[in-house]
Amino acid sequence: MFVFIALVFLARLFYLQVASNQYKLSARNIALRTIIEYPPRGRIFDRNHQLLVYNDAVYDLMVIPRQVNNIDTMKFCRLLQIDKDFFIRQMKKARHYSYYKPSVFLKQLSKKEKGPIEEIMYEFPGFYFQTRMLRHYPHPVAAHLLGNVGEVNQRDLKRDQFYRQGDYIGKSGIERYYEKVLRGKKGSRIVEVDVHNNVKGEFQNGRFDTLAVPGTDLTLSLDEKLQAYGEKLMQNKVGSIVAIDPASGEILAMVSSPTYDPNLLVGRPRSKNYMTLLHDSLNPLINRAISGTYPPGSTFKLVNALIGLQDKVITVNTPFTCQGTASKPIACSHNHVSPLRLEEAIALSCNSYFWKTFKRIINNPAFENNHLAYEDWYKKVISFGFGHRFNTDIPFEKPGNIPTRNYYDKLYRGSWNALTIRSLSIGQGEILVTPVQLANLAVIIANQGTYISPHFLTAMSGNDTLSARFKSIHKVDIDQAYFKIAKHSMEDVFAGAEGTARFYKLDSLTQAGKTGTVQNPHGADHSIFMAFAPVDHPKIALAVVVENAGFGSVWAAPIASLMMEKYLRGGTKRKRLEKRILQGDLIHHLKQRKK
Amino acid sequence: MRRRGEIFGTIDRTTVLLYLMLVVYGWLSIYSASAGDQSVWVFDLSQRYGKQLIWIGLALLLAFTILIIDAKFFSTFAYVFYFLMLIILVGVLLFGKTVAGSKSWFEIGNVALQPAEFAKFATALALAKYLSTRNIDLRNLKNKVVAVTILAAPAVLILLQNDTGSALVYFAFVLVLFREGLSGLIIVAGVLMAALFITTIIWGEIYVSAALVILMALGFLISQRLRKIRMPLIAILALSIVFVFSVNYGFQHILEPHQRVRIQIMLGLKKDIHGAGYNVNQAKIAIGSGGLTGKGFCKGMLTQNHFVPEQSTDFIFCTVGEERGFLGSAVLILLFLALLIRIIMLAERQRSAFSRIYGYGVASVLFFHFTINIAMTIGLAPVVGIPLPFFSYGGSSLWAFTILLFIFIKQDANRLNVL
Repeated sequence: MFVFIALVFLARLFYLQVASNQYKLSARNIALRTIIEYPPRGRIFDRNHQLLVYNDAVYDLMVIPRQVNNIDTMKFCRLLQIDKDFFIRQMKKARHYSYYKPSVFLKQLSKKEKGPIEEIMYEFPGFYFQTRMLRHYPHPVAAHLLGNVGEVNQRDLKRDQFYRQGDYIGKSGIERYYEKVLRGKKGSRIVEVDVHNNVKGEFQNGRFDTLAVPGTDLTLSLDEKLQAYGEKLMQNKVGSIVAIDPASGEILAMVSSPTYDPNLLVGRPRSKNYMTLLHDSLNPLINRAISGTYPPGSTFKLVNALIGLQDKVITVNTPFTCQGTASKPIACSHNHVSPLRLEEAIALSCNSYFWKTFKRIINNPAFENNHLAYEDWYKKVISFGFGHRFNTDIPFEKPGNIPTRNYYDKLYRGSWNALTIRSLSIGQGEILVTPVQLANLAVIIANQGTYISPHFLTAMSGNDTLSARFKSIHKVDIDQAYFKIAKHSMEDVFAGAEGTARFYKLDSLTQAGKTGTVQNPHGADHSIFMAFAPVDHPKIALAVVVENAGFGSVWAAPIASLMMEKYLRGGTKRKRLEKRILQGDLIHHLKQRKK
Repeated sequence: MRRRGEIFGTIDRTTVLLYLMLVVYGWLSIYSASAGDQSVWVFDLSQRYGKQLIWIGLALLLAFTILIIDAKFFSTFAYVFYFLMLIILVGVLLFGKTVAGSKSWFEIGNVALQPAEFAKFATALALAKYLSTRNIDLRNLKNKVVAVTILAAPAVLILLQNDTGSALVYFAFVLVLFREGLSGLIIVAGVLMAALFITTIIWGEIYVSAALVILMALGFLISQRLRKIRMPLIAILALSIVFVFSVNYGFQHILEPHQRVRIQIMLGLKKDIHGAGYNVNQAKIAIGSGGLTGKGFCKGMLTQNHFVPEQSTDFIFCTVGEERGFLGSAVLILLFLALLIRIIMLAERQRSAFSRIYGYGVASVLFFHFTINIAMTIGLAPVVGIPLPFFSYGGSSLWAFTILLFIFIKQDANRLNVL
């Protein structure tokens, strides 16, 4: 009998101790705690080493319910400016989670809010502060492209083992695109704890501990001053500005209006502010510079002109006639000299001229049929960067749309010709481009046929392999010689006696540009302008879109001109023009109408 | 008078050696379970290991005293010890101090004594004395009643102190009665009742009763012999069914709620790892995490950080399990097994019935403690608060077991002098 019992015990112990693994795991879960050491997130600078984003400490008030006893609740609530119901509710929640483990009692107190209670924390056993890092933006600009940081959601948790409940993750913009470099590496310490959750010491002398590695600092191509100026110019207007350094493809400014202060989406008010922004009728959360798609309008005439020249269906001297507003099949917006040649046509933005050019491109006898000619046209347009994403570090960019031959074959059951798709000649119809792509067109013309994909990153602290891929040069399928013509005609838009932007000509700076007035089936026309300066050695190329603002020459062109002047000359003397733009309000009548 | 050297020459060295090994092993476990992080002085009297060292010293003194006292002293005064103990037990009920819900402690200065522990050896002595009296035959109903009364009296008093665990120990003496001629049928009946009890709690009285009826019907169909004794069998069946139904009532109404829950947890009917099942669950995890060789002395993650409640007293085995692993636990079990077998061997070689019966008493008590204590820590028995002999922290239990064992060693040493 004794032996029997002893054998039963030995068998059971063998099962518990040697055969089964379950209890060993449980023991680790019970007696070991992994303390995560959070690295500071990488900071973000602009091209002039202005700090754009840094980390600011906030303080979570933590509570361990077991240790709370005998506190002056009224005083506690008064110091924290909370009411008693809140206190009771939070304590209940904490107790429900665990009696022994800490839970968050009050999230993200600022240093100021923490002040009054911090000095007498000893009066409130069981409560303590835990430091957390939040993003802070010393210059409240570029909210869209910098993006914001928020707590991980269930999807993030599932997708990446790195995150734990309550961690922060880049939700949009640069914060999201560079999440993996910005977040750094978490460290961990494994400690033994006793039954009361007191830390008793390092587990095996810290053999398994790892140090936190701070996140990588990023330097962006953005110019904070130019960005801020652009945002100011665009105030009370809907639209966007994208400015690029033509030589490097670096984005100098990316304005999407309406915008918001990025500090709104930080900390405790984040979710409330987010909902307000989300439900605003003007969609301030959308980055129109990359996800707004518009027909390029007259700016696209330059592309057709270049393709026409390349295909040798026109020359710089080819004359076409125009009947002004009576022109068929596409009317011209105004009456002007006729016949006229290419450079005049660009400066005057003549619709008839480019319809005739487009017809020649599509009916080019060099191709077996006009559908093949269209395919060749399509290929050339794509080489300008239209119709697809740049796939650099611009998150959520839209590809835009250049209709394919297949698309028309399906739409018209194979029976279509130049006339059917005539809208393409003047940048209307199915063509959709983003402001970034439009700015890139300005870059291409400024560079006479080459571009580096637009991007933000210029440098990273530590190893920098990421930015290297933003250096390859793309060449457009058009000979460089033809770009000289395009460039010259764009210069005439400012300098010419009848140029659409002649009112914004500057003595101190040579500018080149092209207006666009985009027909908008939903309301007033969009005002579009693309430009670069100085003409001979371009340092800035940009596109401006002002929604529902009518003629490109009224709003978009002066904004582009002021931006270029700001970037290259540090500011403007055209105070009256600047004032008109700053005071221009193209929003509030819209809002009222919607109501 | 014989010389002292002779007394020590005749004592059974194997038993004493096993005793010392268990005590030392036990003290090391207590040291590990109660020593904090700070490097410690083993005689630190504010700590449990320090105090236990004193208890061990006093226990050895007690053992020595017993060995030099005349062997006849214990048999002669067996009844005196017994009645004295009963009086003390009544006294505890009246004047005792309540610790953890049990009113079973006397406080003398700052030393607390638990008389229930000492009552065991007195009862063993009295039982041995009674059963070894001439003309006592357990087949005789009157003798049976007296023997059971000797056991029941202290058990009832201890039960009144609300110390169910210690009271249950007196069931162990049934083993002695069995050795001394109690019909084996009683043991069989006991086992059957236990089986019925457990099955009823798991499956409910209706199913168990139905199963019993069907079993018996099948038995009658198959076996001619069973049919011949059908009347008594049917009577037993009827009794069993009555028992089954009363089990449920007893379980629901007589047992204390915490006892009920402990039984349910043991049977796996309930999982409450944060409440009533916490102890056993933590204990199982501590023991289970020990692995084959354990985590090393004073290196148990759970026991060092006090995750196991009562880890230096009733749950002392967890420390062994976690820090010494399977091998260390096996050593402990084998030491106990060796001790128990040795005691039975010694008991069987006694010339006097008193010594033999007393030996069986000692073995039964140790066996019961050992079985129930370890079974509860590894989840094979419901939690019953009784210590692991020689291991658990506490002066009363150590002294009581020492007295219990050494009286027997003394009787054994003296066996050749018995005519």
